[in-house]
Amino acid sequence: MDGLNIPLNHILLVSTLLFSIGLLGLMIRRNIIFILMSLEVMLNAAALAFVAAGAHWGQPDGQIVFMLILSVAAAEVAVGLGLVLQVQRRFKTLDMDSADRMRG
Amino acid sequence: MAAMIGLVPLIPLLSSIVLMLTYAVLPRLLIGVLGVGSVAAAAILTLLIGMDFLADPQPFQLVLWTWMQVGNFSPGISFYFDGLTLVMMSVITGVGFLIHLFSTEFMEQDASYARYFAYLNMFVAAMLILVMADNLLLLYLGWEGVGVCSYLLVGFWYQNSANGQAARKAFVVTRIGDTAMALGLFLLFTELGTLEIQPMLAMANQQWQLGDMLPLIACLLLLGGAVGKSAQLPLHTWLPDAMAGPTPVSALIHAATMVTAGVYLIARTHDLFLLAPTAMMVVAFIGLATSLMAAFTALMQSDIKRILAYSTISQIGYMFLALGVGAWTAGIFHLMTHAFFKALLFLGSGAIIHYLHHEHDIFKMGGLRKKMPITFWSFLIGSAALAALPMTSGFFSKDQILLQAYQLPQLGPWLWLGGLLGALLTAIYSFRLVFVVFFGQAKTEPSGDVGWRMGVPLILLCALAMLGGYFVIPVADVFPIASTDHPAHWVEYVSIATPVLGLLLAYLLFYSKQLNMDGLINSSVGQVLRGFWLSGWRIDWLYDLVFVKPYTMLSGLMKNEPVDGFYGLVIAINQTFNYWGMRSQTGRMRWYIGSMVFGLILLLTLALQIPAEAL
Repeated sequence: MDGLNIPLNHILLVSTLLFSIGLLGLMIRRNIIFILMSLEVMLNAAALAFVAAGAHWGQPDGQIVFMLILSVAAAEVAVGLGLVLQVQRRFKTLDMDSADRMRG
Repeated sequence: MAAMIGLVPLIPLLSSIVLMLTYAVLPRLLIGVLGVGSVAAAAILTLLIGMDFLADPQPFQLVLWTWMQVGNFSPGISFYFDGLTLVMMSVITGVGFLIHLFSTEFMEQDASYARYFAYLNMFVAAMLILVMADNLLLLYLGWEGVGVCSYLLVGFWYQNSANGQAARKAFVVTRIGDTAMALGLFLLFTELGTLEIQPMLAMANQQWQLGDMLPLIACLLLLGGAVGKSAQLPLHTWLPDAMAGPTPVSALIHAATMVTAGVYLIARTHDLFLLAPTAMMVVAFIGLATSLMAAFTALMQSDIKRILAYSTISQIGYMFLALGVGAWTAGIFHLMTHAFFKALLFLGSGAIIHYLHHEHDIFKMGGLRKKMPITFWSFLIGSAALAALPMTSGFFSKDQILLQAYQLPQLGPWLWLGGLLGALLTAIYSFRLVFVVFFGQAKTEPSGDVGWRMGVPLILLCALAMLGGYFVIPVADVFPIASTDHPAHWVEYVSIATPVLGLLLAYLLFYSKQLNMDGLINSSVGQVLRGFWLSGWRIDWLYDLVFVKPYTMLSGLMKNEPVDGFYGLVIAINQTFNYWGMRSQTGRMRWYIGSMVFGLILLLTLALQIPAEAL
């Protein structure tokens, strides 16, 4: 256990970096597959923060929430991929900006 | 015979209605027969009734039915007939008939022949109702009726928008006076309890004392109506513009009959005016001021009809002067003779305009004496009567007015002097017209002289204008007896000599050209004065500046609804926000995420500003 004693701050920093990368990807990518992947990255960043926090305080709650996030991500991907298929079928493209019919 | 009196206005009214309903269906000949015949029938009836009346001069009343019944107010459709009514009816139907006959030739080429006679007959009916009414409300009906007909006939050639403008002006300006008159009627009714003229006047004499305030107010309000209808200062501006109508219309409405309605109204309610000497003075001064103002203006005009229009205003001023000094009979007498000679002059000018290709400018006429002899002689006689040269009809009436004005205590001689100046100017401008139009070089060739339908009215009116002065109008029982003493003989001689002097001056100025005024006219003062008089003393300009322009400006402002503007602003602000809000809904998810992130950063930044202790 000693050799693996990484300070919580470092893990949180990595988690923040991952979250920012995901968010940035969400904001700048147009391809819907990449958007989904960015979302996964963000979810995992959050999960990492939970696990690290749980380990830090010696509590099991962090890992429980990780399980929850894992299942949420799985469900999200299922729905998301369904949407991807629909977008592809309707617009013949994966460009997210083409699905802008709900503009004001 | 008395019961037939109701038929007199009814026949022209029926004819008018028939002409309106069968518009453009009847053949022209039938239209003419109907239009002229109905007035002829009215004239014959008037003649018969008049002969009956003269044999036994008893005023009578004819109640046809009750017009309406509101509480104790029940005006009737009822007529009152006395000497004054007879004079007015004779003028309206007699002169009216001649003018109708003249119109059949004058309007021969006009497309709206039936419409013309429908209006003209309706006018005669309304005017007859005006003078025959035995209560002021029925009189007011006729009063407004003639106003409407005047409006319709001034704007008869409505395709030209200037004519419509003139018609509206005539209507609106007289309406100002009519409003005053309506107020006067309200006052008389509330104070005296009736509008029936004879009981009302009797009641006024019982209730009011000489010089009371109420009769003064009532008289001034009635005078307001009279001033509007009779084109006196300050409401005279509509009459010169009303010349836009066909010339026989000007002869009938704007010279012989309608414009003298104000004179008739004052004469009819003279008992009321006798109770208010101040109002009488106002009438006299309005009359004198108007007659002088219009005479100076007529001197400068070059449009033949405008000259005659201003001379009409001036002559009605004389009638007002007569009424104001209490010379009732002389005023009505002048009304009658004026109807003869002014109708003659207008019809003469109509003949000139008709045969000179609608030329109105007298300086483009000239030398018509040989070419249009009938017109020349009628114009000469008409002008002589207008100028009141001895032995013409105008002489008798105007002389009476001047002499009676002279006899008024205190101010009398001044009024006389003013009237005399007016008479001098009248003679100058009327013979200026004759010399310029009929003598000298011919400038426009006429296409002939009058036919019989124009000629007969002209010749008959010539006879009336010459001999009308010898008529004795049967109004002795209507008006209080005027004083019979005569002023000094020199007054009479001066009154006779003045028009002759005017004729002489006009001869020297405009015919032999021995007197030359060019130097005077071309001087700077002369130019200013000439422009001033030419524009009718700039009164139109003044009214335009004081009333018309501010009104149009205000209405222009109100057209954009400034109050609504405030609410419009609220709407505009909402719409702007709506627009920007709508624009932010791009439908692009990346933008939404971006804005969420931006908002998050903003909130976090703000949250970090809050000191830890405050949490």
